[in-house]
Amino acid sequence: MLKKKYLIFCLLLFNVYLFSQNTISGKINNQENIPLEGSHIHIGKKTATSDALGNYIIKNVTNGKVKVHVSYIGYQSIDTLVGLYNDLVLNFKLKELTLRLNEINIIQSRNTINKSVLEQKIKTETIEKYSSQSLGDVLKEIAGVTALKTGSTIVKPVINGLYGNRVPVINNNIRMEDQQWGSEHSPSFDINAAAKITVIKGASGLQFGGDAVGGLVIIEPITVKKDTLFGKTILNFDSNGRAGSLSSSIHKGKLLGWSWNALGTFKYLGDRETPNYVLSNSGNREVNFSGDMKYSNKKYDFTGYYSYYNAQIGILRASHTGNANDLYNSINNMIPSVVKDFTYNIENPKQEVKHHILKANYNYYFDETASLAIQYAFQFNKRLEFDVRRGKNNDRPALDLDLKTHAVNIDYKKNVHDWSIKSGANTVLQDNFANPSTGIRPLIPSYSKIDVGLYSIVSHNFSDSFTLETGLRYDFSKIDATKFYFKSLWDEKGYNSNFADFVAGDYANQWLTKPTFTFHNISSSIGFHKVFENDLNWYTNLSYAARNPNPSELFSDGLHHSLAVIELGDLALDKETSLKISTTIQKKWNSFSVEINPYVNAIQNYMFLRPIGFETTIRGAFPVWQYEQTNARLAGIDTQTNWKINSHWNHSLAFAYVNGKDLTQNIPLIDISPFTANTKIQYSNVKWNHFLIEVKGELVGQQKQFPNNNYTTNIIVNNVLTPIEVDISTPPASYELLHMYSEVKFKTFHKAITTLAFSVQNILNTTYRDYLNRQRFFADEMGRNFQIQLKINY
Amino acid sequence: MKNSKILLITLLILLTLSSCSSPYDTEPIVENEVITTISLVYTPEGGGTTITLESKDLDGDGPKAPIVNVSGKFAQGKTYTGVLTFLNETVNPPVDITKEIKELALEHQIFYQRAGTINSISYADTASNFDSSGKPIGLESVFTTTRAASGSIKIILKHEPNKSGANVAFGDITNAGGSTDAEVVFNIVVE
Repeated sequence: MLKKKYLIFCLLLFNVYLFSQNTISGKINNQENIPLEGSHIHIGKKTATSDALGNYIIKNVTNGKVKVHVSYIGYQSIDTLVGLYNDLVLNFKLKELTLRLNEINIIQSRNTINKSVLEQKIKTETIEKYSSQSLGDVLKEIAGVTALKTGSTIVKPVINGLYGNRVPVINNNIRMEDQQWGSEHSPSFDINAAAKITVIKGASGLQFGGDAVGGLVIIEPITVKKDTLFGKTILNFDSNGRAGSLSSSIHKGKLLGWSWNALGTFKYLGDRETPNYVLSNSGNREVNFSGDMKYSNKKYDFTGYYSYYNAQIGILRASHTGNANDLYNSINNMIPSVVKDFTYNIENPKQEVKHHILKANYNYYFDETASLAIQYAFQFNKRLEFDVRRGKNNDRPALDLDLKTHAVNIDYKKNVHDWSIKSGANTVLQDNFANPSTGIRPLIPSYSKIDVGLYSIVSHNFSDSFTLETGLRYDFSKIDATKFYFKSLWDEKGYNSNFADFVAGDYANQWLTKPTFTFHNISSSIGFHKVFENDLNWYTNLSYAARNPNPSELFSDGLHHSLAVIELGDLALDKETSLKISTTIQKKWNSFSVEINPYVNAIQNYMFLRPIGFETTIRGAFPVWQYEQTNARLAGIDTQTNWKINSHWNHSLAFAYVNGKDLTQNIPLIDISPFTANTKIQYSNVKWNHFLIEVKGELVGQQKQFPNNNYTTNIIVNNVLTPIEVDISTPPASYELLHMYSEVKFKTFHKAITTLAFSVQNILNTTYRDYLNRQRFFADEMGRNFQIQLKINY
Repeated sequence: MKNSKILLITLLILLTLSSCSSPYDTEPIVENEVITTISLVYTPEGGGTTITLESKDLDGDGPKAPIVNVSGKFAQGKTYTGVLTFLNETVNPPVDITKEIKELALEHQIFYQRAGTINSISYADTASNFDSSGKPIGLESVFTTTRAASGSIKIILKHEPNKSGANVAFGDITNAGGSTDAEVVFNIVVE
């Protein structure tokens, strides 16, 4: 009876890390992935036996280096040493005695970031499929995460309807600072450097900041916790873009002493094509490198890390418009105004982004329960944007920004009995330099910024099945900017009465101003995780976040070419605050599991662009959109199911719906993701060289909830001045896409495993446009793409 | 206790680092490419009053609308030859953008549209009004008046239009594409 209970318990814990103390769990399979029931697992002084599915679990293992011994009759035993500071998943593949020991698969899992939210994770195998694409593309694997795109290559993650500064990206414990305020700026990150990606929907990852109104994307690189040396090379060829990418990495692991990792990626793609025409000037290039060196001792470890990202991204030539008439023609013609023959060349408009990260990290382990981490990171982001200009000016960037960020983080962790405490502080110094040699007034000004944050998070296991976690964070922020305002705009916006103090100089028809703002913010999170007996998990979290206006919301002042709209910031903006309640029910049966996650996010002083009027310039009349604040509410539901039909077939389904409302005006919010549904059916057979094939269907509905921002302009038709409506509001029609992916694995030369994958995106070559693509007014989305991927693990 | 230690370290680091903030000394950006002024001067053949149409917008994308001015009324039964100039008056001395347009003639074309009862405006057929591939630039135009009329002229400067698109060489903007660098409407009267 007791044993049975214990078994149920084991199953219960199989996928969910309930305890803050170190729990080791995993799966024991043979080389054919068949579970080995009754394997003997010996970790430190504790033992366990694997169940019918090969799963085992060992709880309450103390910190430090522990010996791991796994044995099963007829198979070769495994003896290894593991550094244990967190919960750990150890999967083993045992080899029959007649053969040599080949591979041990060790995955390190961190303490969950927040115990009261079910984190959504993307594994390495999935990330590898997207090797030639970007972070935003792979994140779409998660229900409730969509992408805000500019063309085919600039992809920003959208979590539960929110993006940009509302979704910080944490890369290797560093908060990415890469001009993320811009919707046409994708994260400066090489997807090949990610070993695991975690998404937290909402602001409950307080150790990373208190302003994640939308959520957090947390990227972890590979960490090897055993003595080994291995490498990986991924080669991609894409038919759409007519080239691909090459990424290669080497990892040297050592439990004590020196270990290191190195990764290089090269990407080269030409113009993409829709089913009907070439997307002229949509090629891109990337050259990336990252590497680290780590020294580990019994009491401490030290890591030095450097990464370099260099991307050149072509922007669809036809998306450069001059005024409302041009945009009207583009929307109504339904084909881009510039379509040339395919080329690999990239011309203006284009972006050139370089991002350097340098970091030093020191971890000290006081004893088995407490550790301190000190980290310094420097980031340098150089963004050049080239526009279509006259003559020689084409070689001169239209936007030239240098963003330097220094950050120091100190984090302390302590686990005692059923308590776990995380506490820390961080300081960020940031400096943005808008180079005036562009000859164009910059979108955002030069500024310097100081942030200081303090947080504390406590979680307690009241019982084996109930955990409560709560956290509090304080942030201070001060920003000092330098900006020229046209006196006409300064007066028009009433700044002369409210912000006269900021004026620092008089230059003909412009004021030199030095705006300064200070913010004090409190953010917090509270939630629980309850485990019921029949494999039912219930997570609930309430989080409160505060986000300060970013430089673009404060200072924007100019024409947005692809929208033919003049965008204005507002110095009077206050911070926005969000209160989000989210609950997840997860239920697992033997072969079927379901996850349902409804949420409501109430945002006060939500910052957004609102049409406020018209302005006539020498280029014609433009609508003026200004950053304003309102009370908004986003409510939605994300659902995922997985059905393991039998040992060969698997089916999964995910859908997400979100509704965003401007409560003050009682109208829908703009740019909210429409309903999406993804379904995937997979067949795999280990006996046929690990053959795997999957077909995926993607449905994106038409967004019916949108604000009407259409405007009228006058054109001359048959010598009569005629008012016309420029429809920039109506979302594109719904669409369905079909994709497939297949792979086989085989052993090539000594120890190496080669995976050959063939996939097709948009099999039916469907013509469609997407509501969340900034270029939807100008061109269709990409057509069919055949991809061949060769992956070698050695 | 530990936390206070951490706080102390943070503050120390903050103090050391905050001394290196760098204010950038500034002058307003010199915007060389901006077009502030469009000026179209119509001279009647065989003598008469010259008519100047001008639009000036000194604050660029700022809230002030361009100041549009038409110097007078056109006379009936005359042929006017027009010369268009574009200036950037945000800098001193002003930059003549017309020169750049001529130098990059292959990637520019000016379109004239009309509304109302006035006659249409055509491209002048002088050699200087054409680019090296024989396509019109459109800086020079001809406006022939007959009877009394009124209406408006819309002038559009296109950057990188498709100059070989159907009817584009005849001044029809429909298939021109490209992006608009300047656009203005003048209301005129012929009497």
